Amino acid sequence: MSTEHLADSNPEAPADAIPAVDPRLLVREEGFSGYLQEFLRKMKAGDLGSLPVVIGLVIICSIFQGLNSNFLSAENLNNIAVTMVATGMMAVGIIFVLLLGEIDLSVGSVSGVSGAIVAVLSVTHGMNEWLAVLIAIASGAAIGAIHGFFFARIGAPAFAVTLSGLLFWSGFMLQILGDQGTINIDSDGLVGKLTTYYFSDVAAAYGLAAVAVGAYFVGSFFDSRRRQAAGVPSRPIVEVALRTGVLAVFAFGAAAIFNQYKGLPLAVLLFLVALVGTDFLLRRTGFGRKVFALGGSVEASRRAGISVTGIRITVFAIAGTFAAIGGLFWASKIAAANQSAGAGDLLMNVIAAAVIGGTSLFGGRGRTWNALLGVMVITSIQYGLALEGIATPIQYMITGAVLLATVVIDSVTRKTQKTAGRA
Amino acid sequence: MTAAPVLALRGVSKRFGAVQALTDVELEIHAGEVVALVGDNGAGKSTLVKTIAGVHPIDDGVIEWEGAPVSITKPHDAQNLGIATVYQDLALCDNIDVVGNLFLGRELRRRGVLDEVEMERRARELLTTLSIRIPSVRIPIASLSGGQRQTVAIARSMLGEPQLVILDEPTAALGVEQTAQVLDLVERLRERGHAVILISHNMADVKAVADRVAVLRLGRNNGVFKVAETSQEEIISAITGATDNAVTRRAARTGEARK
Ligand SMILES: Nc1ncnc2c1ncn2[C@@H]1O[C@H](COP(=O)(O)OP(=O)(O)OP(=O)(O)O)[C@@H](O)[C@H]1O
Ligand SMILES: [Mg+2]
Repeated sequence: MSTEHLADSNPEAPADAIPAVDPRLLVREEGFSGYLQEFLRKMKAGDLGSLPVVIGLVIICSIFQGLNSNFLSAENLNNIAVTMVATGMMAVGIIFVLLLGEIDLSVGSVSGVSGAIVAVLSVTHGMNEWLAVLIAIASGAAIGAIHGFFFARIGAPAFAVTLSGLLFWSGFMLQILGDQGTINIDSDGLVGKLTTYYFSDVAAAYGLAAVAVGAYFVGSFFDSRRRQAAGVPSRPIVEVALRTGVLAVFAFGAAAIFNQYKGLPLAVLLFLVALVGTDFLLRRTGFGRKVFALGGSVEASRRAGISVTGIRITVFAIAGTFAAIGGLFWASKIAAANQSAGAGDLLMNVIAAAVIGGTSLFGGRGRTWNALLGVMVITSIQYGLALEGIATPIQYMITGAVLLATVVIDSVTRKTQKTAGRA
Repeated sequence: MTAAPVLALRGVSKRFGAVQALTDVELEIHAGEVVALVGDNGAGKSTLVKTIAGVHPIDDGVIEWEGAPVSITKPHDAQNLGIATVYQDLALCDNIDVVGNLFLGRELRRRGVLDEVEMERRARELLTTLSIRIPSVRIPIASLSGGQRQTVAIARSMLGEPQLVILDEPTAALGVEQTAQVLDLVERLRERGHAVILISHNMADVKAVADRVAVLRLGRNNGVFKVAETSQEEIISAITGATDNAVTRRAARTGEARK
């Protein structure tokens, strides 16, 4: 039945007599002090958003800049930006899995498989590189779907399935790489260009920043207008302008840094495309809503008619796909597929990037943009330590400690949010 | 009521491992009728609801929809028939906001993209019509009180065009006014020709809105009564399975004490 009809037959309750808004709801006051109050209230409620990460990033950068004045040089920042894309892409994929409240431990190995497939097909067998790349990405999706099948259909715990995958796929990678162990990749080829190509025209970086800022403003503006027309609460135009302004500062700032070096890196452009695309998928489509629902309550989702198995398999396939894409950037960065690809601290870094960015390990909370902030932190630490000449053992220990710290923040936030009724 | 019942259960049985939760249950419900389903804790009421809603497929028996046998094996089957269910445990997603929960599984789309504005507008309209007060439709379910969650779950069942609405203890967590509103709502649904199955432990509520009362006891039918022609005591003795039971004993004791 339509709600209007219900209203007709209930004359005592005219539609506009009772406001849907509770008078006890704290409504933000107008003006700057209103913003400040809401901000403080959110902090108390454990609704920290990206703030701890941004502060952390500023602290990290200040420390390393203090230790070595080259840290904030355009060249170093640019290298960080390009290097972080491999880990960042994998983090985007694992965020989908974390949103379900599950974990995928195989992303590192799968990324290694992807690099090896491209190298073997295009270098050893002389296959067209585009085709080899497509096959590698499709293999990643298929591997993820297999993990998803065992988890969703058979009911095995995701961590156990993907832990098996971790070993299986690294063995698989070593097997297809064969005796030689390392296959060099043509740095002028498709994969090679992923991390070496720059749009050297300054217009590219500034143009991208302008397009992003413009698109954000137009999008928010029309959304606000539509909300007003529909009579639902909308963002005041001042706030839209303010947010656009902040975005503009960061976008043009980043563009200026890129242009000081070699221009906009292709890798960064592709990463941004992936972030925008997955954010759209998660927050604007029915599929994304289902992923969040599963992260909140599997039983409620099932009863709402959501195909739990289908969504779970798809999510693991997405994680596999992004692991494969990350593997391509990795291979491109070292210009080779070798036996150590996907090993070491890569998996830890991917998980750390997702969690540091603000994706909850408990499921149901997070955005793919979290991957950007998180991977910036992780990669900055790596580069800073490398500049200082600090060896791998210490790097591992520091990354481990940082991950533990973020997990602690995640758990504490969740507790505060529970008491503040927001989780 | 000569037309075929909207929903009929014929000899429905459901087993959970060693527990025989439902045995040969019969139930008929017609359009424009409110049937109360009562029984003690663990009698199998919620299980019966879940078999109708497709959460637990039945082991034996037949479910008929408007006279024709249907197979309900998953929640979607029930939704497609026009069955809307408010579960005892509500089945809401804590991390998603009120609007998202109301439309979960049947989101409105505009050019393939979620139409948040329209969903929010309709959600506010629906909540206003049902006189439901919640702080905001954009806060996560986790920040609502138990009763507010219950009203959201009820509101969710009113979206769309359900022909049969099943309410599993919808007033359990509600205040006086909200309970009255839900009972009003049940009556409005009946006036509009919908069928309602209402589960409640509150005999006063049952007597107030139901046309018939079906009693379940230990997973079996234990009588169907016309509310107008039955006393509360008769229903209670059917629920407890004896004339000598805790309720009558207590009534007798308090009666003596008063003398
Ligand atoms: N998922 C399940 N697995 C195993 N046994 C179950 C399950 N659900 C219910 N049961 C059993 O089925 C029986 C009926 O339970 P049900 O929840 O239907 O009772 P109820 O009549 O709704 O009780 P209440 O008034 O307490 O809500 C109980 O004995 C219960 O233990
Ligand atoms: Mg029950």
